[in-house]
Amino acid sequence: MSSDLDVFVGNTTLIDEEVYRLWLDGHSVAEAVARRLRGGLLEREATSVAVLQSDTRDHYRTFQMLERLLHAPPRLLQQLLFQIPPERQALLVQRYYAFDEALARELLGKKLSKGTKKELDEVSARTGVGIRSCRRQFDNFKRVFKAVEELRGPLAENIQQLFLLPPSLARDYAAIVFFANSRFETGKRRLQFLSFGDFAACAQSMMAHWSQGALAPEAAEPDGDLPKSFLQDLKELKVLVTDKDLLDQHKSLVCSALRGKISVYNELEANFKALSRALVNVGGKLTHARDVRDFFVDLVEKVIEPCRSDKWSPGDLRLFLQHYTAAPRNLPGFRHQALWERYMAAISACLLRMFHD
Amino acid sequence: MPGKLKVKIVAGRHLPVMDRASDLTDAFVEVKFGNTTFKTDVYPKSLNPQWNSEWFKFEVDDEELQDEPLQITVLDHDTYSANDAIGKVYIDIDPLLYSEAATVISGWFPIYDTIHGIRGEINVVVKVDLFNDLNRFRQSSCGVKFFCTTSIPKCYRAVVIHGFVEELVVNEDPEYQWIDRIRTPRASNEARQRLISLMSGELQRKIGLKVLEMRGNAVVGYLQCFDLEGESGLVVRAIGTACTLDKLSNTSAFLPACNSPSKEMKEIPFNEDPNPNTYSSGPSTPLKNQTYSFSPSKSYSRQSSSSDTDLSLTPKTAPSPQGPRIFLFPSSPTLSCDSPHLKKSCLLLSGSSIKPLHSSHVSPVVLRKSVSFTEELLLAASGMGSGSAGKEGGPFKTLLRQQTQSALEQREFPFFTLTTFPPGFLVHVGGVVSARSVKLLDRIHNPAFVGIMGNTRSYKLLDWNSFNSDEPETRDAWWAEIRQEIKSHAKALGCHAVVGYSESTSICEEVCILSASGTAAVLNPRFLQDGTMEGCLEQRLSWQPGFFSIGSEKGEVDFFPQSQDSSSLLGIEEASPPGCGFCHIPYDELNMPFPAHLTYCYNCRKQKVPDVLFTTIDLPVEAIVVGKGCLIQARLCRLKKKAQAEANATSISNLLPFMEYEVHTQLMNKLKLRGMNALFGLRIQITVGENMLMGLASATGVYLAALPTPGGIQIAGKTPNDGTYEQHISHMQKKINDTIAKNKELYEINPPELPEEIIGSPIPEPRQRSRLLRSQSESSDEVTELDLSHGKKDAFVLEIDDTDAMEDVHSLLTDVPPPSGFYSCNTEIMPGINNWTPEIQMFTAVRVSRLSNINPTNQTLNKNFNDLCENLLKSLYFKLRSMVPCCLCHVNFTVALPEDELVQIAVTAVAITYDKNQALQANKAPTEKSQQRASTDNEEQLQFPLELCSDPLSSQPFSPAKEVLEGASSHTGIPAAQRDRCNSWIELIKLKAQTIRRGSIKTTTSLEKASPLAEGYLRHRSVPSGTNSTVSVVKMTPLSFLPGAKITKYLGIINMFFIRETTSLREEGGVSGFLHAFIAEVFAMVRAHVAALGGNAVVSYIMKQCVFMENPNKNQAQCLINVSGDAVVFVRESELEVLPPQPAAAAQPTGAAGDVTT
Repeated sequence: MSSDLDVFVGNTTLIDEEVYRLWLDGHSVAEAVARRLRGGLLEREATSVAVLQSDTRDHYRTFQMLERLLHAPPRLLQQLLFQIPPERQALLVQRYYAFDEALARELLGKKLSKGTKKELDEVSARTGVGIRSCRRQFDNFKRVFKAVEELRGPLAENIQQLFLLPPSLARDYAAIVFFANSRFETGKRRLQFLSFGDFAACAQSMMAHWSQGALAPEAAEPDGDLPKSFLQDLKELKVLVTDKDLLDQHKSLVCSALRGKISVYNELEANFKALSRALVNVGGKLTHARDVRDFFVDLVEKVIEPCRSDKWSPGDLRLFLQHYTAAPRNLPGFRHQALWERYMAAISACLLRMFHD
Repeated sequence: MPGKLKVKIVAGRHLPVMDRASDLTDAFVEVKFGNTTFKTDVYPKSLNPQWNSEWFKFEVDDEELQDEPLQITVLDHDTYSANDAIGKVYIDIDPLLYSEAATVISGWFPIYDTIHGIRGEINVVVKVDLFNDLNRFRQSSCGVKFFCTTSIPKCYRAVVIHGFVEELVVNEDPEYQWIDRIRTPRASNEARQRLISLMSGELQRKIGLKVLEMRGNAVVGYLQCFDLEGESGLVVRAIGTACTLDKLSNTSAFLPACNSPSKEMKEIPFNEDPNPNTYSSGPSTPLKNQTYSFSPSKSYSRQSSSSDTDLSLTPKTAPSPQGPRIFLFPSSPTLSCDSPHLKKSCLLLSGSSIKPLHSSHVSPVVLRKSVSFTEELLLAASGMGSGSAGKEGGPFKTLLRQQTQSALEQREFPFFTLTTFPPGFLVHVGGVVSARSVKLLDRIHNPAFVGIMGNTRSYKLLDWNSFNSDEPETRDAWWAEIRQEIKSHAKALGCHAVVGYSESTSICEEVCILSASGTAAVLNPRFLQDGTMEGCLEQRLSWQPGFFSIGSEKGEVDFFPQSQDSSSLLGIEEASPPGCGFCHIPYDELNMPFPAHLTYCYNCRKQKVPDVLFTTIDLPVEAIVVGKGCLIQARLCRLKKKAQAEANATSISNLLPFMEYEVHTQLMNKLKLRGMNALFGLRIQITVGENMLMGLASATGVYLAALPTPGGIQIAGKTPNDGTYEQHISHMQKKINDTIAKNKELYEINPPELPEEIIGSPIPEPRQRSRLLRSQSESSDEVTELDLSHGKKDAFVLEIDDTDAMEDVHSLLTDVPPPSGFYSCNTEIMPGINNWTPEIQMFTAVRVSRLSNINPTNQTLNKNFNDLCENLLKSLYFKLRSMVPCCLCHVNFTVALPEDELVQIAVTAVAITYDKNQALQANKAPTEKSQQRASTDNEEQLQFPLELCSDPLSSQPFSPAKEVLEGASSHTGIPAAQRDRCNSWIELIKLKAQTIRRGSIKTTTSLEKASPLAEGYLRHRSVPSGTNSTVSVVKMTPLSFLPGAKITKYLGIINMFFIRETTSLREEGGVSGFLHAFIAEVFAMVRAHVAALGGNAVVSYIMKQCVFMENPNKNQAQCLINVSGDAVVFVRESELEVLPPQPAAAAQPTGAAGDVTT
């Protein structure tokens, strides 16, 4: 005797968190049943495999029907089809949009296109995240990206509003969107030591300090794009390294301030010009899309790696950046102090976050 | 022009994309009522259109208002081709037609399409301006309230329960019309949905007219069903119980939950209504009986005052229960057995619960004999059925009895669809009566039909009779026949009424089984007054003062003797003590319609009771139950040869009695296996399929303290010589005994051990015996002696004489008890659990299974069917495991056989959590609890508007009325009276009586004044909870109440019919995906309608039909679902408690008034 049709519908939609997890992880019904069996549910509840199967199928169907609504979480709140208590709704959304950092790390800076989606098989193999789950997460990234692409205002807040995500998750999505938009290179070998968290933190400080929204909330350009005028202005900063006098004065100001305060003073004195050139030029290159891609590569290659080989400590770096940023205030003839500080605020934050093994 | 319907279309949201190019929709709305249609403007390029239309006004007569649904169609405008329909919303505007319910329907409705399901939502506002219609010959019945609830709705009080109303309407099924071949499935489905909506509107209107004719104002226990007869048409039929209901003030909501007994008595002196629960001779004595010396109320009252053995508050006609039966009409009844109709119909008495007892020895053929008694016996029996008559009350009562009898006789069918009654309503219960009839469905051959179809109205609804009157057999006649049968069965059981009555059909091709069942009962006449309202009023007025004067003079004196007996203090039963009266047999024990073992009641020891009791009603609140109850099911399959027409009907008719018999045997065995002795809520469903019949009986087993302890089950082998066989038998016996022991523990059945001598001694009532008018009293003693042996030792013997019997025994043992923490029942409340917590989960589960045996036998089918049900239950327990400890209540199984080898089972139930710790306490004192429960319910059901808030009173010195109340209520639990408290209580009564005599009878008016205030406040309170989330939560439950909440308002009946069809079954997730979505959609639409009415719950929800058909080869499926329930507003009790005491009519009055009016 086989059951062709077997459904259970509650007036309040039953959500089993464990089954939801299994579904999100992309397991088939059979796999999910097997996993639930391994969890010892059968013994605990003194039930049969058939019951477990039927239960799992019911939940899977519910989730499949819910998925459409989860794509636009505000609809989940308004819809009439499923009666779900608010805290459960929040849980559903949160879990649906939660992602594996390993996967997000792989996809950072990649174009969220069909091409990338096709490569998910390899990503899945590398990260150990199930392929179906990979696809779902990729689609989430893409959906969020599309939804906020054209919107003005702070990225994270827009995401939070459109997808009803908790603030921290919304910020992570903002970072993903930011990377996808600017297409920063993150896949190079020398960047492998950086985690998703590092990049997300960098993205957040870049957006916080550089984006138009940071200055004027009702900015004209979307948050995810770095404002063109700002990037253009950054070229003005080159004067700090092209003008020999300024460079020398800058160096002496920083060195005098740091003498005796950092352990790597000699190395600093020797490398100051190279470092300063690297730091200023990274900004100057940001107007060209191709050079933007290399932003993180440049920072690592030209700042972090030299410092690391000179055995700087994070404290040394912090002190250096602090004084390096502050010094131009006392440089005669340097008129871009505000711009400089805005630029360096994000750069410093990024460097400090990235400066680890 | 008696009504103006106004509709405003506000907005839409989440519409589907109708234009692929733009990914948008150009939506507009058509609003149609009757033949008038309005349109909104097109709102271009939006999925969230804001129409904000003007008010569309329809001027219609109220007949149309009742019949027609408001039809709202959302369309996508297309410049070049036909506009595409997005979907529809049907709104039943009936709730707007009576004043107390909703005043406006406003909210978001899912836009429903029969092919695509829900496609977005639309915000609509609907209002009705109703003008008074004074036309006496009107065809409408606006204002008659309908309730699905099978008890007196919580915020109403029954003034009169008039009785049975029924009606049916027939039409051609659009799906079987010729036009169906050329129209789209969508058009066909919509035609059907609309037709059924129209038909149910018309049906409701017609029933309403009947109610008005009976001078009622409401229908309770309204049950409407559809028979999809296929080719031969579509029948919509409904039954219900007409009542006159009084709305109670909402102040009721404020009262604490457990002080009713005192309240009840307090109410009495102030009562100004015809049916207080004290026995009022006035209303019960019909006006026409002026000749009776007893009928004028004053003389009656005088009589009661002259007696000092009786409490004036539970007066004479509620005599103490020691009285023996008085047979006023000794008659030699003729017992005639007539053979059942075997032509096309087979009607049989599945009747008495007790029958299966003996039937293990008797061939089932016996069952097919129906019994009928002469009229005289009937009278005698019913007179006797009243249980007992006190000294003076005796003859008077019998006369009254006769009066009631004749009042009931006058009615064609003394049936009641209610399953729960006001305390005291049910006097005795005889047992289950049922009748079935097999009919062949014929096509409608009437040429008149075509003519009328050409009428202007697209679907002119026709009463079958109107154009089919030349045909001898109509649907009406079929049902009349069955009802007649039921009535005669009830008579045979010495009962004049049938309660818990229901009707059902099972159709397969052209064969239809009509079934009706109910519980034969003797009712208290005081609720059944036929007199007009005005008459009652007069009587009331003339009667009251006299009563009160006596009350105040004698009250104190009379009260104390009585107070020693807590049960009579409760005053619930007039004829017998509470908790057992209904168990006492209503029939003549010397002329029992079937052999049964009778014993003296284990509770009162004064009346005879059967050893088991089967009923279709809910457990009466006053019943004393030991332990907990449990769901008991009997399941059965019978193969049947495929046949055509008459042959088919005959073979079904022949099988039915065997099935009934087996179902009863199974029920009896399972009941005994659980150590219980009574079944409530029994529902036997026989389903016919092409090649088999299926029987499924569900009931809730309980142990009634009044009935004897059931004997065990004993197995007897046929071949005693075989050693191994013997061993096997004894092994089985042990297993059975173990199971019984285990079950007793599980359900906490540990009845108090009674000392042997109490049971053994014949009841010493020499004085009463002398009063017996019957000479046969000797033989009745013999019966008693027999019973003694039975009650103690006798076991139920199962003979294992063949493999079948073996199977039966095995199957007995396969029922697995629910996992710990779970209980289940199919009644409203679970006996033994009364500390519900507010969490509820209503659900519907549907399973279709293929019985894949190549050569099925009855045994394998039985096993399959049994497994199917058991697995389904198991899976429910598993699903709801997070709610433990909880109870599945109102578990309702429906079986259908959609195709060869396919069995469909649909279950709707509600899981309710309860507090385990309190439960344990409750078990320690089950009796006490049950009494408390009885009292709690009293307060809900019997309500007497009276004014305690009036100023003269509040200034009186005995202000701590509340304390007094508590005292009196605890008094019920502790019979050793706390006299001082009672004293003050009596004072209170006296004082109030005086107040009233002084002429300040302004009861109801002032209550009404008080109520809006309270209601407004409640509404105010309930608002925030709604605004928290975007979609307001609507609870659904098949029960008539919500645990931990008070229903403050009934908004109207919800009766919805939906069809869903798909031509892309696989894409929608197969049959399961399709049905899952559809059921979810139905829930959503019900919730949306309730929310739009301003409600937050549906009670008495029922899924009456779920017809599922699939054609996997064509990738198609279709499903029809019909649901109904009552939309209500409820307020959490916890929220109520927060309410500060109201000033002015302050603390004391709120408590008191609440008490009185609940």
